[in-house]
Amino acid sequence: MQLMQEIPTLIAMGLFLPLLGFLVNGIFCRTLPRKWFGWIGTGSVGLSFLAFGWLTLQLLQMPIPERMFQTSLGQWLSFSAGSPVFWNLRFDPLSATMALVVTGVGFLIHLYSIGYMAEDKGVGRYFAFLNLFTAAMLLLVLADNLLVLFVGWEGVGLCSYLLIGFWWEDEEKAEAGKKAFIVNRIGDAAFLLGLFLIFAQWKTLSISELSPLWQSLTPEIQWGLLSAIALLLFGGAVGKSAQLPLSVWLPDAMAGPTPVSALIHAATMVTAGVYMIVRLNLLYSLVPVVSDAIAGVGVMTALFAATVALTQTDIKRVLAYSTISQLGFMFLAVGSRAYDAAIFHLVTHAFFKALLFLGAGAVIHLLNGEHDLRKMGGMRRQAPLVYWTFLFATLTIIGIPGLSGFFSKDEILWKVLSQGTSFSRLTWLLALIAAALTAVYMIRLFYFVFLGERRRIAHGEAEHALPANMTLPLAVLALLSAFGGILNLPHLFAPESYAERLSHFLSPLIGGEIRVHEAAPLLGEGVAMALASLIAVGLSSAALLLFLKRPDWTTSLAKGLSPIYRLLLNKYWLDELYDWLIVRPYVRFSTSLWQIVDVKGVDGSVNGVAVVARTGSTLLSFVQSGLLQSYALAMLFGGLIFGVFVFLRMLR
Amino acid sequence: MKFSPTFLATLLVLVPFVGGIALLFVPARQTRFIWIGAIFTGAVEVFLGGVLYALFDGTSHAIQFAHRVEWIPQLGASWFVGIDGISLFLVLLTAFLVFISLIYASCSISQNVKMFALFFLWLEGAMIGAFVALDILLVYIFWEMMLVPMYFLIGVWGGDRRIYATYKFVLYTVVGGLLMLAGILYVVYMHEAQFGVLTTNLLDLYKTQIPVAEGWKNPQLLAFLAFFLAFAIKIPLFPFHTWLPDAHVEAPTVGSVILAGILLKMGAYGLIRFSIPLFPEAAVELSFWLMALGLVGILYGAMVSMVQPDLKKLIAYSSISHMGFVVLGIASLNETAIQGGLYQMLSHGVSTGALFLAVGCIYTRCHTRIIAKLGGLSGAIPLFATFFLILVLSSIGLPGTNGFVGEFLILLGTFQTHKWFAAAAVLGIVLGAVYMLQMFQRVMYGKLQTHGEGGDLNWRERAALGLLVAFVFLMGLYPRPILEKMTASVSHLARHYSDYQLSLYGEDIAK
Repeated sequence: MQLMQEIPTLIAMGLFLPLLGFLVNGIFCRTLPRKWFGWIGTGSVGLSFLAFGWLTLQLLQMPIPERMFQTSLGQWLSFSAGSPVFWNLRFDPLSATMALVVTGVGFLIHLYSIGYMAEDKGVGRYFAFLNLFTAAMLLLVLADNLLVLFVGWEGVGLCSYLLIGFWWEDEEKAEAGKKAFIVNRIGDAAFLLGLFLIFAQWKTLSISELSPLWQSLTPEIQWGLLSAIALLLFGGAVGKSAQLPLSVWLPDAMAGPTPVSALIHAATMVTAGVYMIVRLNLLYSLVPVVSDAIAGVGVMTALFAATVALTQTDIKRVLAYSTISQLGFMFLAVGSRAYDAAIFHLVTHAFFKALLFLGAGAVIHLLNGEHDLRKMGGMRRQAPLVYWTFLFATLTIIGIPGLSGFFSKDEILWKVLSQGTSFSRLTWLLALIAAALTAVYMIRLFYFVFLGERRRIAHGEAEHALPANMTLPLAVLALLSAFGGILNLPHLFAPESYAERLSHFLSPLIGGEIRVHEAAPLLGEGVAMALASLIAVGLSSAALLLFLKRPDWTTSLAKGLSPIYRLLLNKYWLDELYDWLIVRPYVRFSTSLWQIVDVKGVDGSVNGVAVVARTGSTLLSFVQSGLLQSYALAMLFGGLIFGVFVFLRMLR
Repeated sequence: MKFSPTFLATLLVLVPFVGGIALLFVPARQTRFIWIGAIFTGAVEVFLGGVLYALFDGTSHAIQFAHRVEWIPQLGASWFVGIDGISLFLVLLTAFLVFISLIYASCSISQNVKMFALFFLWLEGAMIGAFVALDILLVYIFWEMMLVPMYFLIGVWGGDRRIYATYKFVLYTVVGGLLMLAGILYVVYMHEAQFGVLTTNLLDLYKTQIPVAEGWKNPQLLAFLAFFLAFAIKIPLFPFHTWLPDAHVEAPTVGSVILAGILLKMGAYGLIRFSIPLFPEAAVELSFWLMALGLVGILYGAMVSMVQPDLKKLIAYSSISHMGFVVLGIASLNETAIQGGLYQMLSHGVSTGALFLAVGCIYTRCHTRIIAKLGGLSGAIPLFATFFLILVLSSIGLPGTNGFVGEFLILLGTFQTHKWFAAAAVLGIVLGAVYMLQMFQRVMYGKLQTHGEGGDLNWRERAALGLLVAFVFLMGLYPRPILEKMTASVSHLARHYSDYQLSLYGEDIAK
């Protein structure tokens, strides 16, 4: 096959097409016809998706252990000791999965944006940034070197910054972008330190070279060093994936255009932390304590965000907290060493959360920019397509049996429980509670937006119909959300050849054994699954009934539990805490540092010296005043010393 | 072995002086002709720099293009210049930045043009001279010679408080220079005592064993400190830095570019070229304290930057932070870190030089540099906004820009020997993002505060900033052409600083 020789070119093409789109849209963002930007942006991502799709098909035809393509784009950095850093890319089942999600969901969101951003004056800039993001994200998932991964890692952070603050005339939006970048930087600093530790030990940052090395250490140093590395890298993931305690930036990030929230802050970038840990699962599976910590952070975040989501009134903020919560589930999965389950949930979440955001965007679009849930309602009649697709997505995230979210969430819950330790039982229970809360807040959201009466008369009835480029992505994503479970059906439901296909696909990259469901615990799995679905179905129907019978039940509940309600409404006062604990003291300290040390301290004493020097020079009456003279004096003085020295030398 | 013409280094020093003197004969009213002449001289220098780069043999750490002419035989002093992997890129940076500054100045300086061009070319010659001189007396002369034109640049074309600023600048540097002179004399004296020859040839002086003793009466330590103070003021290291913000604020834009871009590098270059190889034991002994000073500079500069009301002061303090990284890397004595330090010097020269140009562009449009009075410029001058954003990102050290490569190498190298220093310095990367992004937001985002005049960048501003921005990416994505040619020299220094010797190119191969 001649095309086989073109594989390295194709990988590079997949990466460079969005970059090319960025360059074209960016350089000509004021000269091209407006219509072109969207199609250039969307087309480049679509072509990139085709390239990766074809490559994935090639991958599937190969024997399982050999499934990997590599290509190098040259050397970047070299060191006095240790392996140089190459721009090396690898296309293996894990990067294939990620690349398909990034370009596939990305393509749909680009397409949607054509309609969504049609009226915006910065549309060229918008598509340029969106394409740059796609390229950076692809670099992140294709990188075979942790430093190259870091380039993508910070690159997506940059695009996130630029797109959150896309409408920069609004100071608040610009502020949100800055906050996202800085909070991410805190995590990135930890990530960098992790890289330094790795390099200090093994003198390489290449993932391929490192894979066999993780286990090379003697048991004594292994534990401490590996734990430190794993924790530091996880610090980066905490920032990027908005886990506790660095979760504060993601809700604010909703200031960006809604398709951006769908692509960057739901489907792809925020899952980079999960991807990174799965990519390094050989390392993480060696340090159970760190894994437990990750699971703990994940489940606490899931619970924290789900409770906050119950009370928020901004449609996008509810979805943002929902994203944080779902990411918590993924971290629970990687912490429980269910790496394949984490990726499975990552994929289905990309489908249904992107759909939720795009649906929310359509609603906001139809209501001329309204974000407040309390002012929505009755959208069922007004926008039936949005209604139906959003319903699918809501049922999927709740985990109604048969839909993709059900399978992926269940797989996580089951794999957590089946570890059999008391810690895992505790995390399972907490995760179950978080899942139950998901049902409640999603039904609340859904009710407020689509059901009941319209709570606000929108200005006129001039609302425009949605163009096809916005409805098509909704429909495709709804299908994917509904049937995405096929990717990784549990053994309980499927014959051998169809079960756990994604897990099998990923298996060459996941160390140790993939915990396929054995025959014996099938019953246990069935019971656990039944319990979870019972909770999901029961709670969501109960909540829906309550809303339909007594629409004001949440208000009375809020009154009854006022302190708790305020705690949740204010997001546990986390932002205020950071402001009070870090931001203000830092600003105050810096100001006094400048005023005291520089202005009064150093300068004060130096000016004192200056006065002395000036008086001295006046006394010497060599010069009357002025600076050049004192400089000349100094030079003369220097020359004099030299002359005397030479003279003394010669006398000898 | 490549062809290594001996006259090239000398030529690089002389061309700006010759160009400057030639301009003396042009009538002062012919400003257009003066600019053309000055820019042409700058272009010739860049061209010579390109030839220099092409002919430079990166596999050798020896001094190339060496040129030696007897000057004061009684003293053993000579015109002795040459280039190795450490000075090569500083020379190129100087030629490049001066060229760009001249382009920019031709549309921003309108008074005393002839004098300006003269001083600027004089400054260029002196700076290149200081980088290529291998006779310690010659180094000292060039070192002091740089001060005069800089003094006039600030004093004549500067802002309102320029007299105070020049006073402070001159006072600081002269004190440092005198101490260095004392140190030089001591080293020359010790060399004569040991070898019986009076010479100021740096390569011979390297062979001198400066005595070491316990405690504070350690001669090597004192000599090290005498040199060090001069360098610390130039870099500038905390707490010797307060002349810098004042000098920057009062200096004209191109003065700031050269000050931040090249003069600050003199100090760090001095550490590499003189302090460490001449006084290796003291360097090792003080390594911890130097790194500590570097670290304090990183954090202090970053913190104080954040609360500056004036754009130029903010960037001046950010220079203190970035140069702190350079000192941290050099003082760690780790090969990768020194290389990173050298690289950071170059990338700081490019991006901070460019940032000062950008501030100049803002000032010519809005007539203020006070951050609180600016805002929303992104919409008014979009092309400028793009360039400015890229420069801010480079200053933050975003991977893919030049800022990342240097900082990464410094931190990676430092981490190998001093984990906690590197760990604390990483904090500087976070704080860097805080003050730069805050500044960018206040100046460029939000509602438009002052309506600028003159519109977006004119073609000279485009050329100047565009070239620098191109180097931001070039150095960030493809650092190999630079790293390759400096590696041999850096690794020679890192491995042999305790008995440092430099030979002339050709001689080492003959042996």
